[in-house]
Order: sequence, then C-alpha cells, then structure tokens
Amino acid sequence: MNMERQLCTFFLEGLFFGVEVEKVQEVIRYQEMTRVPLSPAVIAGLINLRGQIVTAIDLRHQLGLSARKSEELPMNVVIRRDDGPISLLVDEIGDVVEVDEQSFEHPPDTLDGQRREFIRGVYKLKQQLLLLLDTEKAMSVVGTRPA
Amino acid sequence: MDPSQPANQLTNAMDGMDEVIKEFLVESNEGLDRFDHDLIALEKDKTSRELLDSIFRAVHTIKGTGGVLGYDKLVSISHLGESVLSRMRDGVLLLSPPIATALLAMADSLRHILEQIASSGQEGDSDCSPVLQRLSDVLKEAPPTAGKATAEGVSAPPAEAPDSDGAPRLGEILITSEQCKAGDVQAAVQLQEAGDPRPLGEILVDNRAVAPAGVADALKAQIEHHDLSSNTIRVDVGLLDKVMNLVGELVLARNQVLQFTGTQEDSSFLSTAQRLNLITTELQEGVMKTRMQPIGNVWNKLPRIVRDLSVGCGKRVEVQMEGAETELDKTIIEAIKDPLTHIIRNAVDHGIETPEVRVARGKSPDGRLMLRAFHEGGQVNIEISDDGDGIATEKLKAKAIAKGMITAEHGARMSEREVLNLVFAAGLSTVEQVSNISGRGVGMDVVKTNIEKIGGTVDVQSTSGKGTLLKIKIPLTLAIIPALVVSSGGERFAIPQVSLVELVRCEGEQAGHSIEDIQGASVYRLRGNLLPLVYLNRELQISPAQGAAQSVNIVVLQAGDRQFGLVVDDINDTEEIVVKPLSKQLKSVPCFAGATIMGDGRVALILDVLGLAQMAKVVSELREKSLADHGAKSTDNPDARESWLLFRIGTEGRMAIPLSLVSRLEEFPVSQVERSTGREVIQYREQIMPLVRLAQAFGHAAIADSELLQVIVYSSHGRSVGLIVNEILDIVDQRVAVQHIQDAGALQGTAVIQQHVTDLLDVPALLAQQHLSSKRAVA
Repeated sequence: MNMERQLCTFFLEGLFFGVEVEKVQEVIRYQEMTRVPLSPAVIAGLINLRGQIVTAIDLRHQLGLSARKSEELPMNVVIRRDDGPISLLVDEIGDVVEVDEQSFEHPPDTLDGQRREFIRGVYKLKQQLLLLLDTEKAMSVVGTRPA
Repeated sequence: MDPSQPANQLTNAMDGMDEVIKEFLVESNEGLDRFDHDLIALEKDKTSRELLDSIFRAVHTIKGTGGVLGYDKLVSISHLGESVLSRMRDGVLLLSPPIATALLAMADSLRHILEQIASSGQEGDSDCSPVLQRLSDVLKEAPPTAGKATAEGVSAPPAEAPDSDGAPRLGEILITSEQCKAGDVQAAVQLQEAGDPRPLGEILVDNRAVAPAGVADALKAQIEHHDLSSNTIRVDVGLLDKVMNLVGELVLARNQVLQFTGTQEDSSFLSTAQRLNLITTELQEGVMKTRMQPIGNVWNKLPRIVRDLSVGCGKRVEVQMEGAETELDKTIIEAIKDPLTHIIRNAVDHGIETPEVRVARGKSPDGRLMLRAFHEGGQVNIEISDDGDGIATEKLKAKAIAKGMITAEHGARMSEREVLNLVFAAGLSTVEQVSNISGRGVGMDVVKTNIEKIGGTVDVQSTSGKGTLLKIKIPLTLAIIPALVVSSGGERFAIPQVSLVELVRCEGEQAGHSIEDIQGASVYRLRGNLLPLVYLNRELQISPAQGAAQSVNIVVLQAGDRQFGLVVDDINDTEEIVVKPLSKQLKSVPCFAGATIMGDGRVALILDVLGLAQMAKVVSELREKSLADHGAKSTDNPDARESWLLFRIGTEGRMAIPLSLVSRLEEFPVSQVERSTGREVIQYREQIMPLVRLAQAFGHAAIADSELLQVIVYSSHGRSVGLIVNEILDIVDQRVAVQHIQDAGALQGTAVIQQHVTDLLDVPALLAQQHLSSKRAVA
C-alpha cells in the first residue's frame, strides 16, 4: 500500500529532521526568550506566543548535540499539545516534505544511544536521509538541573 | 397564570443552559418522587403538617425554577397544584381520595413534560387541559379564604410566586398604576383559576374594570421589564479566556504604537493613538469584568443545605445573608464553593445548639447563621458567623495535647488565638460523637489549604457559649494580581503584592554597616529585629548585573508567619499582572508561581515567595529558632530581663556578657603584663590572673595596644580570669532575645542590643577553649 505522509522538516547541526505536519501548530522565527533559573537544562526559556506563554525546549541540548553559537538565532517549531503548545528550538526550517511510507526504516543500530531514543525512524529520500523525530520524547523533560 | 408573558425564548436561545436544565430536571424528578411518596403517606396521616410542607415544597420548587427557565406549562400546572395544596395547608381543604388522585395526575403530567424537556428541550405540545380542569374543579369546591387570595393571585410576594423571569404581573402593574382596583383583579384571577381561558387583561376589560388603553400600557411595561431582565446570555469561559488573551495582546500592540508617538509629529496620528489607548484600556477593563460573578451564586445553595442539615439534626437555623452581590472572579467562586459548604455544615452541626439547649441558655430557639461579604482593600472578605456554642478552647487544647500535636508546655504558652487556630490542624475534632455530617476531624484543614491555595487567608474567632466567627479573605481575582516587579541578574521577576511587607534601600556606605553576617548568614537590622536576608541572585544561581553594588535593595516579604528580606539588584515598579501557569516541564522548579507577560511583550517569571523561602531555608530554620526560643524560656531563661555589659573587641566586634558574671572592670598598664607558661598573666590581688585577649580568641585583627588594657575580671570558684577587650561600651538593662547559632564556639548566640547585632559571650565555654577551666586554671 502506498501511504503518503507530510512532514515538516528542519535542520539541527546539519542533520535533517521531520515532524508530522499535523502535530505542528506553527513555525515562527526567533522570539525573545526569558530563561528560567534552576530549570532543567534542556529548557531554553519561555516565549510569548500572542499572549500565551510557551516553554521552549532546546532540541540541540535534548539530542546531545553541540550548543548553538550565541550569534545563531534558533527558530521555533511550535508543537500542538492538549495541555498547551511547546516550542522546539531548531537551527533552520526546511520545506514540508511528502514521504512514502515504503521508504521508512527503523533507526539503524549504529545510531548512538541518546539520539536513538528521540528518533522513531528514517525516511530514505533521494538526496538525503530524513529522521522522524519522536515529539513526545523530545518534549519530555527529566527533572535535572544545571550544575 | 398570566398568559401575556412572552413565549419561552430562553430555552430556544441557549444551549449553554444545558447544565442548569439538567440540574433542574434531576431535582424536579426527585421532587416528584418525594411528592408521590409523601402524598400517599399523607393519605394515611391526614394531619401531618411536615408531609404537607414537603409536598408543597416539591411543587413549589418546580414552579419556581420552571418559571425562571421559562417553562410555561410546568408553571401553570404546578401553580394550580400549589393553590390546591395551599388551601389544604389553610385547612380549607382536606385531602380526600379524589383530590389525591387529581394531585397524582398533576405529578404525572409534570413528569411527562419533564421527559419532553429532557429529550427535545421543549415542553412539547401535549394537551394538559384535562389536568388543569381537574385541579380547577378541586379548587371550585373550596373557595379561598379572603386573605389568602391576594397572597396567591395578585399581589403575591415575589418569593412566593415569581413570574417567569421575575417580571411583575399584569395585575400588579395595573394596581400600582391605579388603573384598576385590587378587588377587580382579584375577581378576575378567581375567574381564571376557575378555568376561564381568557387572559387577565381581557377579563378586566370585559368587566369594564379597566380601560383597554390601560391594559395595553401595562403590557408594554411588562414586556419592557422582561426585555431588561433577559438581557444576559451565557458565554463559555474558555471563549472569555481567549478574548482576554487577545485583549492582552492588543494592550501590547497599543504600547508599541504609543512608543512611536514619541517620534511622530503627525497630530492626527497622535490623536488616533490617544483614542486607541483609551479604548484599549476600557476594553481591557470590560473583559475583566465579564469574569466576575456575584458571590450569591454560591450562597444560594447554602440555605437549602442548612435546611436539610438542620432538619437532620433537629435544630432550627435561620440563614441571613449580607452582600450577596459582592463580585468575585469565576475561578475563585468555584474554589470557595466546597470550603464554604464545609464551614456551613460545621456551624450547623457543631456550632448551633438544639432549640431546647438554646432556650435553656436564654437564646432564641432559632439559631442564626450569618453570611457577610464585602470588598476591602482589593480583597473580598467573607465572614461566616453563628450564635451557637462557640469553640471550647480548653477542650480543643486538651485534645491536641492528647493527640500529641502539641506538648503540654507548648499548650500552656499558647494564646487564645493560637489555640483557636488549632481547629485548622488535621485530625482534630472536639465533637465526641462523629456524625455522618462532620466531626471526623478532616475538613477544616482542607478548608484552610483550599483557601490558601487561592491566595486567601482564614481566621477564626470564638467566644465559648456565644458563637463563632470565621473570617476569610480572598483576592478578587486569580487572573490579575498586583505585583512588584524587581530585576536581578538582568531578568525581571514579579512578586505578588500580597506577600510584600515593605521595601528597604540602603545606599552606599550605609549598606556595608547595616547588613551583618552571622556565621555566613546575612541579616539586616530592621527596627531592632533581625531580618534574615536571601539573595535572589544566589538562590536562582544567576549572575548579578554589572555595577549594581552601589546600593542594596531589600524587599521585605512575608512567608507564612515569617518575614525575610529578599535582596535584588533593582526594584522597578508595581504593576497589575496577568498570571499564567507554567507548563508541566517547569513544575519541578519550586520557586516560581507562574509567568506573566510584561508591557514590552517579554515574559517575566512570578516568584513563589513561600517556595523561595523554603528553598533558602528561611522558613524552616526560623521555625527551629522559635522552638529553641521556647525551649530556652522554660529552662534557664537567658531571655529574661538582665543587665548586660557591652564591649568592643578588635575594631568592630560587639559583644556582651551578663553583668552578673563580671566581678570587676580594671585598667592595667601594658607594662604590668607578664608571661607564664606561654600565657599572658598579671598580678592581681595577690593572685596570678591569666589574661585572655578576646580579639585574638575570636579571630579579630589585633589592634595596637593602648597604654592601658581594658580588662573584665571574671571570677569563679575563687579564681579570676581577665578578659582583655578593646573598649567597654555600656551597661544595658533589657530583655534580650537570643538567636542561637550552631557551632557558635564560645558564643551563646547573638542578639540585638541597642539596635546592634551583638554576640553573647559564653565565658565558661571560652575558658574551656582556652584551657582555663577552673581545674586547669590554677596557675
């Protein structure tokens, strides 16, 4: 069966990620952020989304990637949730891509541990591989505080 | 019934009323079940007033609520039924099998209509005239007594017979406007009740009791009144919240526009911006108001609860209300519903005595329960008072001691108020008999927690035998609170104004002196009291803003029953803020109560004062301190009024010892000091007296000796020790509150003496430290 699905894509340290388009509420450019002292390190801060306060999660940190340079401003991919939206901070936004379910594969075993649990699988596109992000995992916060 | 009332628009128009209607249906069906049961019982016991009342009540409730909801058929049927029942109450009619059958048929037809409402929302078009006819026949048999007719028909008191939507009745309007005589209206109503199908106005005109124009005017007046009272609609709170959010956004956009006005010259732009400003402000206020509801919405349920309860425990209670129109935010109304119900239950069950006891005590047999609500200082006060038994403080105290919640000594020291507040402790109840209503000792603590959860306070006053007064203070709204905005480490934080006590600013020089350090903990002397200081930067692990060290800003905050000073980089302004919750990802952080959006569109965090105090350990440490104080009082009592010798060691150290320990103050020339066994000694009264330099003993920088040494001579067991100090300051006679400190070494603690933090020297400990205890001091 030929199932098509649309993914909203973005880049993180050169990696190409996708999130199901129906989960994405909106994509917005960098917003001024208020950081939250003592909060878990993956929480980048709070943004004002038209009067709604949205928690922003630093995906680079969450995935164990290197920290973003301070002059590089992240973009917000706002994920819809029942208990209010959450923003994922990414480097750059890509297109909405249609993918074929047949090109889907589970994450390769060689993918290292920490990153692996955030990735549900890989779509083999012609030019490159598209990693399907597990949004629930990505938005989960383990209650650790920065040292 | 007056047929001129407008058709039932309410139900057509509003799906939002579903809840109310559902509740009405459930209540009415229950009422009808009770009606059947009681009516049958009444047939056996024809004189039972109680049963008759219950039956009457069931029908009356349906009529009243049905009228409010605009169900005409229900109202007209139950109105006739009520008339029958009321004549039975007056003794004009006696329940006979045909009457009972007619009444049961009425119940059945009411049920039928309720079913119709449940399935379609409409009363349906079933014909209810046979029932009406039957009831009218019953009424015809027994004409009303003269006095009763007015009460039922024309100038009925509003509580007894509210017309649909509370509009005045046609007859009333005609009488008040002197268009016709009361007697004529009465006659017409009687005709109607006897089955005359014509509207009241028509009968009156036909009888030439009133001019047709008069009826037309009265009808117009009635409809106008109706329009006025049906001017409300129900709106989903979610929608209101959304509108409020959008208005918040609009305010921000307005602020940005206003910022532009500074750089613009265009006068039409300026005046437009000005108008935008005004309109936005008004819009914001308007939206805020939409969330407000009168407290009467909660109170309305209470008399019913009280009635049921008081019937249940054989008491007579009269509920009085004052200030039911006082408005509160909807969320708060919801939140206080349960605590209020609980307090009322308690008052009826425990507070108010049975009529016999009350009479024996010289009170009126009817207990009085008073509810008052009023605005005061941006808060809503709710007072619930009863004139019942009051709280037996001794009993309460004994119970608390028996349960091990307080110690006997603690109990003995407690003030009346402290004891009374024990009622809010969990697991405490003074009632011997646990009823199914209350008395299990759970509840009042929940009441207190629930009220505190919404930022309120609750206090209890009681005179044993006279009554109890509960005072609840709650904020007007949870959504918008006044807050102080401070900044620290370049971030802004909002502090709820309720926690704020005062602001203290120490400029430059003064700052260094007034903040003192006790074993690493900073304290500030605030009018003679030590105020523990918490540095926001340190607690939140943020770096302070550059160049902010010129002055110290202290925000004095109240956390529970303790005060502490929060040191921040800067104090900005007070502002009304809209509280927004934090996402669950941030719930693990204890010191923030939420977030808000500031005027410039950025997010600022709201500090949770209690959480912050706990994090900084201000609360718990202070608790220990107060316990230590209590302990000290009961033992050797160093807190009592005593004379103290104040002296200075080094350049800055202030110390004191009890004057009773000082045998003499001496001055010795430095040249007299000799050395023995590696220690400075002096010949004094034919003894060799060892000397201790206190400045060195406490690690203060030694200062060059003056020619004369100031020595405090301490004697014990015939031996003397000389304590070298740098200056004798004073002798004071005052009560000293000792703050005990851990690992204080040779210090007993610290205290404020003459408005300065002063260390209290523990001489025996010092001598032990210096190996000069009496045994070894024999030189």
